[in-house]
Amino acid sequence: MKRFLGFVKKEFLHIFRDYRTLFILFGIPTAEILIFGFAISMDIKDAGIAVLDLSKDEVTQKLTNKIISSGFFKKTEDLLYYNDIDKAFKKGKTKAVIIFEKDFGKNLFSEGKSSLSIIADGSEPNTATLITNYTTAIVNDFTRELSGPALNKSVLIKPEVRMFYNPNLKSYFMFVPGVITMILILICALMTSVTITREKEFGTMEVLLVSPLKPVQIILGKVMPYFILSFVNVLVILGLSWLVFGLPVKGSIVLLLAESMLYILMSLTLGILISTVSKNMQQAIFISLIGLMLPTILLSGFIFPIENMPKVYDYVSMIMPPRYFITIIKNIMIKGTGLMYIWKETLVLIAMTLFFTGLSVRKFKIRLE
Amino acid sequence: MNKVIESSGISRSFGKTRALDNISFYVDEAEVFGFIGPDGAGKTTLFRIITTLLLPDEGEMKVLGLDSTKEYKELRKHIGYMPGRFSLYQDLSVEENLNFYATVFGTTVRENYDLISDIYSHIEPFGKRLAGQLSGGMKQKLALSCALIHKPALLVLDEPTTGVDAVSRSEFWDMLAKLRKHNITIIVSTPYMDEAMKCDRVALIQNGKILDIDSPGKIRDGFSRKLFSVRSSEKFRLITALREHPGTVTAYPFGDSVHVTLINDKAADSLYDYLIAKGIKDVSVQETEAGIEDRFLELMEKGATA
Repeated sequence: MKRFLGFVKKEFLHIFRDYRTLFILFGIPTAEILIFGFAISMDIKDAGIAVLDLSKDEVTQKLTNKIISSGFFKKTEDLLYYNDIDKAFKKGKTKAVIIFEKDFGKNLFSEGKSSLSIIADGSEPNTATLITNYTTAIVNDFTRELSGPALNKSVLIKPEVRMFYNPNLKSYFMFVPGVITMILILICALMTSVTITREKEFGTMEVLLVSPLKPVQIILGKVMPYFILSFVNVLVILGLSWLVFGLPVKGSIVLLLAESMLYILMSLTLGILISTVSKNMQQAIFISLIGLMLPTILLSGFIFPIENMPKVYDYVSMIMPPRYFITIIKNIMIKGTGLMYIWKETLVLIAMTLFFTGLSVRKFKIRLE
Repeated sequence: MNKVIESSGISRSFGKTRALDNISFYVDEAEVFGFIGPDGAGKTTLFRIITTLLLPDEGEMKVLGLDSTKEYKELRKHIGYMPGRFSLYQDLSVEENLNFYATVFGTTVRENYDLISDIYSHIEPFGKRLAGQLSGGMKQKLALSCALIHKPALLVLDEPTTGVDAVSRSEFWDMLAKLRKHNITIIVSTPYMDEAMKCDRVALIQNGKILDIDSPGKIRDGFSRKLFSVRSSEKFRLITALREHPGTVTAYPFGDSVHVTLINDKAADSLYDYLIAKGIKDVSVQETEAGIEDRFLELMEKGATA
């Protein structure tokens, strides 16, 4: 036991002495949360919008105000001619132009209908779709207000869409679980595989092997510090997303932390497995980054929904541990479900942990090649 | 006397390379046993088999009475191993390195301090310095302290003096000599012939084969011919001329002279005349005593022709 503790102490010294390790451990997660949360936001906030009002009456005035005051848009300029539209887009601030036809208000009251066009900047398809959806919704809303209950004869069914769990469709609801999932597997697998291969590369593994330390003690000693630090990391990320984005944990925090521990453990054993098959640090870094980061981002359902993928990708993603953890964490954090609904995913993670542990203990070489 | 190592018929190949070929030897208790040979001779492979880090393809290796393949767990407790690359943690300080190895081997620095005090006292003033910032000689002393801290019965040193300055090298051998009184058996490998003389017995190893095992003095005496030391200010021309000389058996550069053996030991005078006739200046030919290197080269020559 004393041997083991001495080993763990040594590992902590390695970590705290290397500012790069510390940066990867704590700097990157913080940065990613903030980057994903703010910069890669999928919401619209203050999107530039220009107005070409050919009617200039009370109704267009009101509708414009309603759109601008929604908080999603900001008026960049008033246009006078059709020719100005292209110029406005090219200036870059304007993401969409709203055009009211001539005699918009008059037509609306005399003929019961009038039209407006929304021209969006298609070079940013995501924003364009969002902007058109949002403006359409606002315009529909406006029409309903205007017509009132008396004029309800033309439109009978009006779908009232409400988003459960994430009513405002905030994208960080999606990103925070995704980032936690990605960060944990990357850091755990990368760090453990690098620290073990480093001993091989510097020749210190030779002496460790000749020492009375058992392989299990070496592996556990390597894993223990990272387990603790990664757990602290989870707390930091959750705290940060609560402080900065006000993202609450709807479900049981204890369950969430327990599941995180399981996932950390799984990632660590994966890291050990990587270290047993790679000969040097570069190889370990390569396998961890390329082999884990891309599939995590692309195939875990983090960004692209698995349901929309071709069946083959669906099957491939089944062997990706992040897929299961993302489901678990989203369920607990956002929907607030209990173990009842995520026991299958939990079991899969447990099975994977056992599998990786078994494989790495078997593959861990008690001798040199 | 107990045999600390008994190796019989050890062979090991890596792919098609036969790194060790039928190696048999024994090492007595409290002996300083040296393996002398050039790079790639198989010294490191042999040491790794002794320290249970590699399995032999054939043969049996008994270390401290234990089988190095089957009883490796017990054996690992009693071996102190210092690999060719000093296995120190560069980002840990001198003290931290030593303490770590002490803990891992289930002991404390204080417990065995008397064993390492001679060596460690040199680097103790730098206790807080990171191992990565030590000089080669200091790294070597620290690595030796780390390998000794658990009072091993057998100390295995793989090229401990490679990359270390001449003063540290000779200091190092003095330290090894002192360790003998603690009844620690030492096997050491080196590519430096001059260090062979400091061992009790040496094995000359080349291409995975042991050429000879004996005390350094006896190995040296095994030199079968008379040896002449030939000097000249024009060394390169001298060697070429010597190798062209029909009476020459071998001619190897040796420091600032050339060591030459002749077919006819009495032909030294005619060799002098031959070199003068070749127009080489400042020639001197003297009979000299063979060193261990001369014997090694002779054995290598035999091995190559056999």
